[in-house]
Amino acid sequence: MQGVATRRMHDRSRVDQGMRLTRRIVAKAAIYVVLIFWACVCLFPIYWTFTTSFKSAVDVTQGHLIPWLDFVPNWKGWRSLGLSPDTIFEISTARAEFMKRFANSAVCAVSASSLALILGSMAAYGLSRFNYRFGFMRNPDISFFFLSQLILPPVVLALPILVLYKELILLDTRVGIIFLYTLMVLPIVIWIMRDQFNSVPIELEEAALVDGLSIWGSFFQIVLPIVVPGLVASFILSLILCWNEYFFAALLTSTHANTLPVMVASQTGSQGINWWTMAALSGASILPLLFVGIFLERYIVKGMAAGAVK
Amino acid sequence: MAAKASVADDVLHVVRPNKVTPRRFALGRSLVWGTFLLMVAAAGIQALNEQGIIGFGFESWRPVLYAYVLWAASIGYSRVLVYGENGKRSLFVLPAVMFIVAIVFFPLLFGLYVSFTDWNLSAFEGRRFNGLDNFQQMMGDPYYWNALTNMVYYVLAISVEYVIAFGIALLLNSEIRARKFFRVAFLLPLMLSPVAVSWMIGKSMLEYRFGPAARFARWLGWDSPAFFSSPEIARLMIMIMDSWTYIPFMMLMLLAGLQSLPREITEAARVDGAGPWKSFWEIIFPIMLPVSITAILIRIIFKLKLADIIITVTSGGPGGATDSITSFIFREYRDRSNVGYGTLLAFVYLVIIVIFLTILIRAVNRWLDRPA
Repeated sequence: MQGVATRRMHDRSRVDQGMRLTRRIVAKAAIYVVLIFWACVCLFPIYWTFTTSFKSAVDVTQGHLIPWLDFVPNWKGWRSLGLSPDTIFEISTARAEFMKRFANSAVCAVSASSLALILGSMAAYGLSRFNYRFGFMRNPDISFFFLSQLILPPVVLALPILVLYKELILLDTRVGIIFLYTLMVLPIVIWIMRDQFNSVPIELEEAALVDGLSIWGSFFQIVLPIVVPGLVASFILSLILCWNEYFFAALLTSTHANTLPVMVASQTGSQGINWWTMAALSGASILPLLFVGIFLERYIVKGMAAGAVK
Repeated sequence: MAAKASVADDVLHVVRPNKVTPRRFALGRSLVWGTFLLMVAAAGIQALNEQGIIGFGFESWRPVLYAYVLWAASIGYSRVLVYGENGKRSLFVLPAVMFIVAIVFFPLLFGLYVSFTDWNLSAFEGRRFNGLDNFQQMMGDPYYWNALTNMVYYVLAISVEYVIAFGIALLLNSEIRARKFFRVAFLLPLMLSPVAVSWMIGKSMLEYRFGPAARFARWLGWDSPAFFSSPEIARLMIMIMDSWTYIPFMMLMLLAGLQSLPREITEAARVDGAGPWKSFWEIIFPIMLPVSITAILIRIIFKLKLADIIITVTSGGPGGATDSITSFIFREYRDRSNVGYGTLLAFVYLVIIVIFLTILIRAVNRWLDRPA
């Protein structure tokens, strides 16, 4: 009797184990299904944009999706931008226009990020090492003063800045845009870098000071090399934000300093623009950042984690 | 701006011989005041020139900007002159402070003045002070209040974004293969500019004739899919596009939080025999609360600036159903050149969100029981 009971229990536990195994497999499968579904949600618009840039009108209206299987890809969209293989060496006004906007975007994003990095990392270092007293403002107040710029909506600054820039002849210039973008990303740089500097042990700098370096010397020679990953992270985050900015660029530029988003947006406004041209234009404007995202992903994650995990 | 660096309680102690002669002191002070007066003089001349009171002046306000830069630089230099080695430490913060003062402080002051004028760029007369007229106009402007209501909806949509982001972060944190691929794939929407997104999704995928989304909707049995003609659906579409770009942001912050959890905590829960559901609600969720709140707060701050997608896809339509404050004011300026009124609307918005965020942060801090 006892033997039967134990065997039965044994059986049940084996059944249990089997159930648990199948349940684990089902759970795993469900996880992958959800992940793959979400990957499709994230990637499909990008895929759609790039394939559309190789479509002709028929393929667009009939909703063909897969190149070579559904439709024969051609360079139509890229040709209209002057960027297809057969037009790339010819003179093309469309390409000249595109390259001008591209250069504006690149110059503005890179210089604004660099400027913000210089100003922001210095301020962050000062705030993490020294106690200041500017009138009534102590360190927490100064930190808040910097970070509160993040809350300020661009629309509040937009109109006064527009008028001021007009008086200062900075309207429609790269310099004006660079100043505003620097302001936009400065709080983020300060936030990330303050975190970075706080994690550098002070003993290092004290040793450097004993060795006869000045505070500036120890900042440049000892501390900065340690926080290079943080610098890279905040630089890339700033770059992304500046590259994608539209609001200020739309208000403050007209012909000379237009950035890529302004060009893309102005094309969508007009009717009758070809899908393949738009797709090629959007694709070309997001391509640099896609590369940044794919190859520098860990820096971006690091920069974002800096604020989250204290 | 009387700045003093207190030596005693710095984190990093600096002991230096510190000799400041009275002459250096006087030089430093006079340098600051001299350049300050220079700036004021330049501004004064230019202001009088613009008014036509005096017949000479500069071509633009640019010289005043240069004078400001000179003033800022001499403040920095005089700190070293006056306080010696100790003065050098304030040079770390001063550039950033002077930069923000220049580009935020003056425009804000100027904007405050503009918001009480009837300035219209297309009108010929220029600006005239009109007191509280703008304010009264705002009180009776249904579109502004409508845009504010929309902002409430948009902010509430963050709760859904948060749930999705948390779910995906949990999945990414579980033991899976190809995690790197999924992480990169999930990150990519964040890289794209809202303007590109609004073409890629708003104008092409959601296009009612040929867009793949419309095709899919027809296949599901929705005969004439129109994503931007009824107010509710249009608003929903804007929310979806905005979430699509920003869910990765919340997801990555939450993932960073999850990865910094000590492994013992989750192990201990499993040993106690708690199921995944229970261990999530009783252990992981409470520990993740501070990270969650940081992520949500930052997301709210970004959401309050929402504009690009709306401007480029619907420009507020249909009938203002998708307008955010920013896009509404943008059109108020772009289409009607109503600088005075638009600026007032922006300032009222600023006041509202400062009050809102202050209350929110206070409440959160009290709730979490931590010092502000």
